[in-house]
Amino acid sequence: MRDFLIRVFYFYYNGFRSMTVGRKLWMIILVKLFFMFVILKIFFFPDLLKKNFSTDRERSDYVIESLTQIK
Amino acid sequence: MLQNFDMSLVDWSRGQFALTAMYHWLFVPLTLGLSFIVAIMETIYVKTGNEAWKKITKFWMTIFGINFAIGVATGIILEFEFGTNWSKYSWFVGDIFGAPLAIEGILAFFMESTFIAVMFFGWEKVSKKFHLASSWLTAIGSNLSALWILIANAWMQNPKGMHFNPDTARNEMVNFFDVALSPTAINKFLHTVSQAYVLAALVVLAISAWFLLKNRDLLFAKRSIVVGSVFGLIGILLTIYTGDGSAQQVFKTQPMKFASMEALYEGQDHAPLVAFGITGSQDENNPGNYSFPVRIEIPGMLSFLSSHDANTFVPGIKDLINGNKEHNILSFAEKEERGSVAIRTLKEMKEARDADPEKYKELRAKFEDPQWMKDYFAYFGYGYYKGESPAELLPNVALTFYSFHLMVILGFFFLLVLLLALIWGVKDRIAGKKWFLWVLVWMAPLAYVASELGWITAEVGRQPWVIQDLMPNVTAVSNISATTVQITFWLFALTFTILAIAELKIMFKQIKLGPKDGGH
Repeated sequence: MRDFLIRVFYFYYNGFRSMTVGRKLWMIILVKLFFMFVILKIFFFPDLLKKNFSTDRERSDYVIESLTQIK
Repeated sequence: MLQNFDMSLVDWSRGQFALTAMYHWLFVPLTLGLSFIVAIMETIYVKTGNEAWKKITKFWMTIFGINFAIGVATGIILEFEFGTNWSKYSWFVGDIFGAPLAIEGILAFFMESTFIAVMFFGWEKVSKKFHLASSWLTAIGSNLSALWILIANAWMQNPKGMHFNPDTARNEMVNFFDVALSPTAINKFLHTVSQAYVLAALVVLAISAWFLLKNRDLLFAKRSIVVGSVFGLIGILLTIYTGDGSAQQVFKTQPMKFASMEALYEGQDHAPLVAFGITGSQDENNPGNYSFPVRIEIPGMLSFLSSHDANTFVPGIKDLINGNKEHNILSFAEKEERGSVAIRTLKEMKEARDADPEKYKELRAKFEDPQWMKDYFAYFGYGYYKGESPAELLPNVALTFYSFHLMVILGFFFLLVLLLALIWGVKDRIAGKKWFLWVLVWMAPLAYVASELGWITAEVGRQPWVIQDLMPNVTAVSNISATTVQITFWLFALTFTILAIAELKIMFKQIKLGPKDGGH
């Protein structure tokens, strides 16, 4: 099992080391993921219902109230 | 009623979602199609042992890798938007989206972390057959990933297999197979992936044609054209077949979208299909009624497309607004009345929950009564439009009409181009036809245009519904400031434009380098 894991590690390690255009692509992926999950998600895209209400009951009540606001 | 909603917020939220979805879709179809093309090329290499095919496979695999890397996770932004901009919608859809999206996440994770790694790192390190299997599994995995999100989209167009829980305001899945295997979902998936195959094939043809025009790597280019055109032809025939299936489903479940696709105002038996048309002005007193200064029709064809019977009655926009007793079509006014009864019942039930248990029980029972659900709750969303102009319940008819017609025209043009590419490719006469090679180069951008037009038809045509007949976009948006949405709109526009430019730059550089030995 240990040998297998070491082989898997070196498979990825050597794969990444021998990349050419792939290195640039990995940089783009990492910058993109940082931008999406750290900047966008935290500062611009909170889960509103999760953030504003602590229980599902409160969330349900809020949504029902919103959906039934008709004159 | 609509004055209760901030329409600027609704418009910016819709615009933002459209922008991110359309940019996301720039990356997806090439991944879906090119993954199979690469697998096919590698299969030929493994079968023949010819090293030239290995070189060809590796070149297209690199193009696939660039597109995959730039596009990966761009769809996550749409999920962020669900939670922030469309939180009421996210709540309302309940667990319908949860299961498909979870399966997609698991599939994508396993596929990306294992098989793609073997594809790119595994040359000479694993056996040829194992490498080939990884390429096929990557292709199948990426296509299956698309399946789940398309099932979710199909449910929004034709909600099935769920029960609305009035205590939680959430839809609960009662039959997974009704959701996953609804005819809308099956047609949507097959139509979407097959047109992605066409797009990928046309990109392969365009790049290969460029090599031929440059008089470079001729064997590589010719072989790529033959594989691409065979794959593209299969794709376009499947696209046409599933497009026909999709049209029948739209006719059954979204008649207003169907009428808008043809800008059909007056319903009729033996309805004609507009083969070519230019819309004029819209009658101000009759929303959806456009004049047609130019119109070439095929008699009975629209009726035939709706149900494979040229005598079928196809309701027009007018029939759907005013109703048509002869054909059992309810008017907007009737649907609005029924919808407002459903909304009022939900409101009174909630108010009675703690104050009057008997009344609560009585009202709650209605949501368990299949007949009441069919007669009233099925029109829930219409209740918000009571007293409003019928125009509020219409999609942008002209945009839907043009998107649909241009998509169809391009689709048949692709069929012709792919057929010619195959014939001249097999006869080895393609390199001498310079004009045709330039046509092929232009097929790449046109394929993206057709692909996006398909989504515009599907998504603009179903407006104002986020969930057909149940939830309009005005009630789906969160109560946030329109300014915040504007800021993120421009942020996304900038980010995605940078990504698209990066993709094109890296891709063009790799294309110029051409097929070569070595790693990716």
